[in-house]
Amino acid sequence: MNKPEIKLKVMIVDDEHGMCAGGERCLKNYAIEEKEFSDKISFEVKSYNNGKSAVEAIRTEQPDILILDYKLPDMNGLEILESIEDKKFLTIIITAFASLDVAIAATKKGAFDFLSKPFTPEELRESVKKAAKSLYTARKMKALEEEKKQVRFEFISILAHELKSPLAAIEGYLRLIDERVKGESLESYDQMVKRSIERINSMRKLIADIIDLTKLESGRKKRNIETFDIKDLITRTAEGFYNYAAKRNIKINLSCESFYVKADQTDIEMLVSNFLSNAIKYNRDGGSVNIEVKRNDKNISLVFSDTGIGIKEEDLKKLFNDFVRIKNEHTREIEGSGLGLSIVKKIVDYYGGNIDVKSEYGKGSVFSVNLANIAEEVGVGKSI
Amino acid sequence: MEKKKKILVAEDDSDMMEQMNIYLESNDYKVLKAYTQEEAEKIIDSGDFDAAVLDLMLENPDSGFILSHKIKKNFPDKPVIIVTSVAKETGVYFDKNADSNNWIKADAIIQKELRFEQLKKELENLFSRSK
Repeated sequence: MNKPEIKLKVMIVDDEHGMCAGGERCLKNYAIEEKEFSDKISFEVKSYNNGKSAVEAIRTEQPDILILDYKLPDMNGLEILESIEDKKFLTIIITAFASLDVAIAATKKGAFDFLSKPFTPEELRESVKKAAKSLYTARKMKALEEEKKQVRFEFISILAHELKSPLAAIEGYLRLIDERVKGESLESYDQMVKRSIERINSMRKLIADIIDLTKLESGRKKRNIETFDIKDLITRTAEGFYNYAAKRNIKINLSCESFYVKADQTDIEMLVSNFLSNAIKYNRDGGSVNIEVKRNDKNISLVFSDTGIGIKEEDLKKLFNDFVRIKNEHTREIEGSGLGLSIVKKIVDYYGGNIDVKSEYGKGSVFSVNLANIAEEVGVGKSI
Repeated sequence: MEKKKKILVAEDDSDMMEQMNIYLESNDYKVLKAYTQEEAEKIIDSGDFDAAVLDLMLENPDSGFILSHKIKKNFPDKPVIIVTSVAKETGVYFDKNADSNNWIKADAIIQKELRFEQLKKELENLFSRSK
């Protein structure tokens, strides 16, 4: 994709016509490449030959870079700088007398660089390039900061919405109960109470997920990297899901080699829990979940496959974004924060790994995770 | 005995649907549930309903408007109420009485979170008007 060029406005103020014309010529076809963001910066040059017209032009045109002769017929360069209140530009002072006093005074007034006459076109370009880069970096930083703020803001507004909707649902049930819409018998309200409790539980899960995610995102999660047997941890984690799976007659099959890994146990537990909970949640009654854990040299692979409802091709790429919940007739009744896979992604990124998803709508999904360099050398710990 | 009036409710939130169902049935209405625009369109095509309560946002952000248009084109006398939380979330207010909004083919617009009594009153109002 071709990005538009960034045009910086350069204003040359000098009473020598030759200087203005030379400067314009020298910058007219000059451009700077900024490789990191593949931006191209070029210049639009205008000249003024006295202080009064320059001050007016600076106020109306708002240049980015001002190349200012120190000595002008009607005022000097410092007076010009002084008369501009809000300086959004960088100033390069041109002076024939390269005196330290002028330099210090000009720097105090906010000059960015000096050129002493006579100078070559290369020297002018070099100085303009320095100023342009400085402006470019400052603006880029500001834009990134804005973008970050925007992302944070969006996150908070979606979060607010996600917290509001269970409250609205619970409030709705309470109002119906309050109005005794179903008469005086308590049993008639069982379903409403049950549903309210479910919504409260999912709200609690959302809050727990938010805490996990912000810890991971801020880099403030305290990690305790230790050596442990992956089979023990995964077996333990899976056990926590047996009851949940049994309620819907879903079988969990675990095939895990026993070997030692070096990682934070809570990370791996969070990762396994999230995949496992999804594999059960989005499964069909009577289905199954397979977990297969293998090592390949220092890398390990964890594969979670289910016989669930599957994911449509067009939904696959949205999966790992915050608060994404795939909506269709199969998922309508399923509760979730939409943060599980965001959490998983952050953990996998931390360990320099990758996640691969294969899915067939209506048949099931396979999530494969590779974590690099966390398996201990063969021989460390026990083997089967 | 008068036959129960059938209300088409288009709503994608299952709790909201359940609550409207409970409330309207306790007030002697029968609810026809549509969780998607498509399901609602099928019921509209059948013509077998007496009024509609439509959530504005279903699979499309303007599903409610599309559905109300369809209803009013074929059954101009059937009352239509649109339920929306757009005003709260965006500050964009749909005042259906404003001249610039005469494209909105609904009899009433109710803001979420709606009170059930409000919905009941609107329905009673519209039914008595259409008599």
